[in-house]
Amino acid sequence: MNITFRRALGTVLCGALGASALAACGSDSGDKASGGDSKTVTLVSHSSFNVTPEVLKDFEKASGYKVKVLKSGDAGEAVNKAILSKGNPQGDVFFGVDNTLLSRALDNGLFTSYEAKGLDRIPEGVQLDKGEHRVTPIDTGDICVNYDKKYFADKKLAPPQSFDDLIKPEYKDMLVVENAATSSPGLGFLLGTAAKYGDDGWQEYWTKLKANGVKVIDGWEQAYNEEFSGSAGGKKAKADRPLVVSYASSPPVEVVYAKDKPKTAEDAPTGVATGTCFQQIEFAGLLSGAKNEKGGKALLDFLISKKFQDDMPLNMFVNPVAKDAQVPEVFTKFGAQATDLQTMDPKRIADNREKWLKSWQSLVVK
Amino acid sequence: MIVPVVFFGLFFAYPVAAIVGRGLKADGVWRFGRIVDVLTEPDILHVLWFTTWQALASTALTLLIALPGAYVFARFDFPGKQLLRAVVTVPFVLPTVVVGTAFLALLGRGGMLDELWGVRLDTTVWAILLAHVFFNYAVVVRTVGGLWSQLDPRQEEAARVLGASRFAAWRKVTLPALGPAVAAAALMVFLFTFSSFGVVMILGGPTFSTLEVEIYRQTAQLLALDTAAVLTIVQFAAVSLILAVHAWTVRRRETALKLVDPARTSRRPRGAGQWGLLGFVLLTVLVLILVPLGVLVERSLSTSEGYGFGYFRALTSNEGGAFLVPPIEAIGNSLQYAAAATAIALAIGGLAAAALTRKAGRLVRGFDALLMLPLGVSAVTVGFGFLITLDKPPLDLRASWILVPLAQALVGVPFVVRTMLPVLRAVDGRLREAAAVLGASPWRVWREVDLPMVRRALLVAAGFAFAVSLGEFGATVFIARADNPTLPVAVATLLGRAGELNYGQAMALSTILMVVCAVSLLLLERVRTDRTGEF
Repeated sequence: MNITFRRALGTVLCGALGASALAACGSDSGDKASGGDSKTVTLVSHSSFNVTPEVLKDFEKASGYKVKVLKSGDAGEAVNKAILSKGNPQGDVFFGVDNTLLSRALDNGLFTSYEAKGLDRIPEGVQLDKGEHRVTPIDTGDICVNYDKKYFADKKLAPPQSFDDLIKPEYKDMLVVENAATSSPGLGFLLGTAAKYGDDGWQEYWTKLKANGVKVIDGWEQAYNEEFSGSAGGKKAKADRPLVVSYASSPPVEVVYAKDKPKTAEDAPTGVATGTCFQQIEFAGLLSGAKNEKGGKALLDFLISKKFQDDMPLNMFVNPVAKDAQVPEVFTKFGAQATDLQTMDPKRIADNREKWLKSWQSLVVK
Repeated sequence: MIVPVVFFGLFFAYPVAAIVGRGLKADGVWRFGRIVDVLTEPDILHVLWFTTWQALASTALTLLIALPGAYVFARFDFPGKQLLRAVVTVPFVLPTVVVGTAFLALLGRGGMLDELWGVRLDTTVWAILLAHVFFNYAVVVRTVGGLWSQLDPRQEEAARVLGASRFAAWRKVTLPALGPAVAAAALMVFLFTFSSFGVVMILGGPTFSTLEVEIYRQTAQLLALDTAAVLTIVQFAAVSLILAVHAWTVRRRETALKLVDPARTSRRPRGAGQWGLLGFVLLTVLVLILVPLGVLVERSLSTSEGYGFGYFRALTSNEGGAFLVPPIEAIGNSLQYAAAATAIALAIGGLAAAALTRKAGRLVRGFDALLMLPLGVSAVTVGFGFLITLDKPPLDLRASWILVPLAQALVGVPFVVRTMLPVLRAVDGRLREAAAVLGASPWRVWREVDLPMVRRALLVAAGFAFAVSLGEFGATVFIARADNPTLPVAVATLLGRAGELNYGQAMALSTILMVVCAVSLLLLERVRTDRTGEF
């Protein structure tokens, strides 16, 4: 309360004195807002970034740097802000640019090359900037269709397993997808179909999907919590669609946050249609013009260290990239391995994204 | 006057101009050709059309439903009036994420209407319109009702004695006095619905899109700064036009009013007609406001083991892992930001309102309109503008906590000005002159003459600024900050994760947000002093 008053009072003074005094108002309790001292290293990320505080403290102790985390909106937003403030970045390291946005970030010269220590423990397949090491892969997460187990058991119907299944008449009016223009799982699913059926084939596929009663919702929250009958929120909302585009890690999350935890995979409320997945890889990189380059490099090393990689899955619900990282039991038990994982070269995504979104919108939404 | 001008120049005009400039300038050359290109796209035209007509429809509907409410709150006394006044203001400050969820629960499949009559409105424009009424009901009740309660009913009675019919007396006496307040309220509602973002995004689905949603998409998602810049200019022009019309109507109708203590003007309803009106208003409040809020409370309490406080208990632990701190700490953060934002908004808005009452002339009128502009400019534009302008010492505020209250105050100031101006202007100038003749300094004149009269307006303004800041979502999400989430941000984060506990916690936090707002507003209702009755 005291702090509130002090702050409020300071604010009134700042407001009343106008701009000239603002320089003195910007910083909080003595630490430099600009992060100019080399003892602080700043990580800029999207709002889903998370780490166990103890793990971060261990890094701070070992390296001697204090870590400051700045979160700025969802993934696309955060990347675009970083691009806008290029050359005078808000921090030293950026985490959270994925393969769908990678080209835009690299083409804009957002990152400086740095080969992180311990990169040999990371599969070559996910190192999409092997030549220059401007970005380092940190985690992967697959975007897949989730299904409501109970619904299909009650109906005595086998849940769909592949893209091809989704357009079959027995799954009519069951699928909810996110708007590809406004949601990253939505875009991932669209890219998955484009990777699967090619430049021309995907439009035909979506025409069939539409004829089969697909429902488009703008954001993941609404689609998953309000429309999908397998989620806890959906059950309360009496949702009636048993299929939704979400993540391969969503079933484990449902289990972790269930009040009475299921013991076996059979009892879990939701499952993954393993043949409908698109691979998302998230990267981190050293920002060009970082004020604390040395600290930034240490932080990047830490992001692929075993300690952080072990801690990550249950904080962000993604898969670690390091080969020696421990995947939590709940992932192995309740998650699923994609069988026909779709991927796409970032450059191809960048070249076609606008065009595809435009034709997708006129095909499906309008 | 100089402080508000500098404030707006620095934290509004400069950032917005910078981001628009970046969009329209390529290699140092202005490309005004882009304006024509963008404005001839059929998609964009469609968005413009939809934005305008839904705003008009929402405003009409809100006035229709809320004006009787304003009358009832101003003129009648009934048990629980203060509580109810606080309750109707709560929707106004709820984050749109929460409201969208509540309305889906009402209007969507399996929602209440669906179960009762098989009606589903979740993907129709009705859902948007109803949600807009839900949000803006309080704007009308508080701006119009605030003034209405201070109008002297004896003026109307005098007209009746002189032979005017009841309707004529109302039309000739009360209506002209209320005109500016009604216009101000209508304008605010129009501005809000014209630049509606969250509601349209959630309830409109992919088919309906407003200008604001389109600007967000073009800027934040596609980084198409040129298109976004053109749309920003269009929105700016539209908002300026609305404001110009508004300023003109207000000037034509403003008169010095004789204000009285609101406690003297309200009484218990008499007769079947008045009781009926009161009943009707209470019913609309129940259906339109309490039911959606009730849905949230119901969901926050319904755990898998029946009803209980399990989700609320979960908020205090850090096991969820959605944040580095227990979600409950978001409440403290929110209150701090809101207090700071209110202080800024009151300082800036108060100075501006005082300056506007003293002076007249074209320049001042322009300034009046200028203060309203932030309401009609998208948070995205301002947020990105901050990012590219406030990035150099001494003004590198990008990671500073002060930036959030500053952005929130931008939206709060217009409320402060709108609420205080009608009352300040209605203070009879001769009182000030008399005080000055008797040797009072200008400061003392303000303190002894203006302040007692406007104290109530000041409190209402503070309440608004506080409430706006508490539920403000756009700027808070937009400004990168260290991990100290505000309530709305925490709600959105929890809703963005799968799992029963997260969903339940989101609903529990929304409920807490509602209660915190209602309590803050109730306190403001209480802090009335009786000094207003001294003149």
